[in-house]
Amino acid sequence: MKKSKYVFYVLLVPVLLWLITLIVLPHIELFLSSFRFETDEGEKIISLANYMAFFSDEIYWRTFLNTAVYSISITFLAFLVTFPVAFYISKVVAKKYSSFLTLLLLIPIWIGELVTIYGWMILLGDNGVINNFLISIGLIDTPIEMLYTDFSMTIGLLYMSMLFMIVPIVSTLESLDDSLIEAASDLGASKWTIFTKIIIPHSMPGITSGGIIVFMLVIGDYVAPNLLGGKSSLWFTEQIYNKFLATFNWNEGAAFGFLLLILSSAIIWLALRASGQKLERVGS
Amino acid sequence: MKKIVLVSAAALMLTSGALMAQETLRLLTWKGYAPKALVEKFEKQTGIKVKITYSNNEEMIAKLRATRGGGFDLAQPSQDRISFVQKEFPIYKKIDFTKVNTGQLITSMVDAVKKNSAVNGNAYAVPFCYGTTGMIVNKKYAPNANDWSDLWNPEYAGKISYRLKRPLLIATAFGMGEDPFALYGDKKAYRELMKRVEKKLIDNKKLVKTYWTSGDMQVALMKSGDVYVESGWDGKGWSLHKDNADIDFIAPKSGALGWIDTFAIPAKAKNIDAAYKWINFMLEPKNAAFFTNDQGYGTASKDAGEYLNQEIKDNFSRSFSKADIDNIKWHPPVPAGFEKIEAKVLDRIKAAK
Repeated sequence: MKKSKYVFYVLLVPVLLWLITLIVLPHIELFLSSFRFETDEGEKIISLANYMAFFSDEIYWRTFLNTAVYSISITFLAFLVTFPVAFYISKVVAKKYSSFLTLLLLIPIWIGELVTIYGWMILLGDNGVINNFLISIGLIDTPIEMLYTDFSMTIGLLYMSMLFMIVPIVSTLESLDDSLIEAASDLGASKWTIFTKIIIPHSMPGITSGGIIVFMLVIGDYVAPNLLGGKSSLWFTEQIYNKFLATFNWNEGAAFGFLLLILSSAIIWLALRASGQKLERVGS
Repeated sequence: MKKIVLVSAAALMLTSGALMAQETLRLLTWKGYAPKALVEKFEKQTGIKVKITYSNNEEMIAKLRATRGGGFDLAQPSQDRISFVQKEFPIYKKIDFTKVNTGQLITSMVDAVKKNSAVNGNAYAVPFCYGTTGMIVNKKYAPNANDWSDLWNPEYAGKISYRLKRPLLIATAFGMGEDPFALYGDKKAYRELMKRVEKKLIDNKKLVKTYWTSGDMQVALMKSGDVYVESGWDGKGWSLHKDNADIDFIAPKSGALGWIDTFAIPAKAKNIDAAYKWINFMLEPKNAAFFTNDQGYGTASKDAGEYLNQEIKDNFSRSFSKADIDNIKWHPPVPAGFEKIEAKVLDRIKAAK
């Protein structure tokens, strides 16, 4: 007994070191600096002014609202697009192919976000692959504007986050006993009833955890909105970046970072409450 | 057990010692400012290994501020972005001009940079190269575009691009017939001017194809024909001209914006000798001319002229008349707090529909 406790503490040390030095300490520094404020006279005081700036200046909370609405929609889209794929992998295709197919889905992650985004830029540009193809088969005369619009930004964000939705859904669907579905259809349940009464409830923990990951990834992304977004797609992370790099106002940047953390956590909490989910179940 | 630890510790010290023996210069610079051929030549001449990190003005300041001037031995900020940063966060070391071979430099440029980068009487930068921000125009489709005001000319609707950063605000002000640099001493008047600039750019946002964000994008937009008129750097415009004679760099009538990029030594630089060696090496006439032939930007090296390609000389005379040269607006040092005003303006323009 004593020995196992000893081992436990030894193994705990690296975890704690990791958490404290790499996550907690930098955040304490940021947290403190988010309360430091420099007045117009150059006086340095402790105040909530950095946080107040978010609420008093319309452009900041509007940008956040815009970002949040987009992120929620993209999370929902990701679910719509990936659920059939996940169902196919876990239930329809033969077991020996399913792990191979999952592996194929991982490929975009190996390449990296930046490279896949440049790939989309080549595809979607005015003189890009898609427009050239549509013109050459005579479907359109002038290129359709796709790149640098909200459309291209949505595609980019969806593409990079889809995988994080598929994997948890696949794993919950795999644990669904096929005989449940068979029993239901034997008893005369329609396909729709089976889907809404058995498949969806069973995979809910997977959907919720996938949703949380995708939402967090999208709302905190910087590259896709910046490179694929149009001239009007101001993402909240871009504003934080500007605070640090363009105006050198690190204090306000830190405050905005914490606001992003707090507000996006609040959105997730609300969504869990509204859908009657528990965070503890999601982890299992 | 103890023995193993000792041996491995010794091995570790030996290997790191061997690494230390190879002297290195950690350079924080812009893309294209350290051409491969020159790096190899320098490494061969001095035995010092050059480690390059690419950056831009904003990132350079942020990086050095985060480390309080550590992590690099030499940086290359623009001359107007040094003194206001240095006043607040001492991230640079003052330049020891006895170690700089000033004899090979254009004296007037050295003096200008000394003055503009000065804090408490100490100078913090040595000039390296200069260039202008103006317009890159596809003359086939936009033969008459020749001024900043063409960035909001409805004739080129949907074929216009620029970078949404502070030079654009300055350029727009000049295009509106104002002189923003004259208002650098008057924060209130400058704020008013920026309001008018903001309105101008928001009203005309519908004409813009997209905002470019990098030199590569500047070139790609022009090359693909997505854009006919854009704000741009002279070197980029001239390299586009090489491939397509219709495209060229144009000095706007109301004044091209002149910039000077410099060498500055971070406060916690470790290999200061190597930094000075690199400065003197890069400004040797032959090496400086190689850089200019390669990148198209002007050099602060006095006698580089005789090694320049004819093409480079032609570029300059094609884009700049005598009057254009006299009309170049050189960026004065940015006063503290002004970037805050501009950032809000830029945010609002970006967010506007």
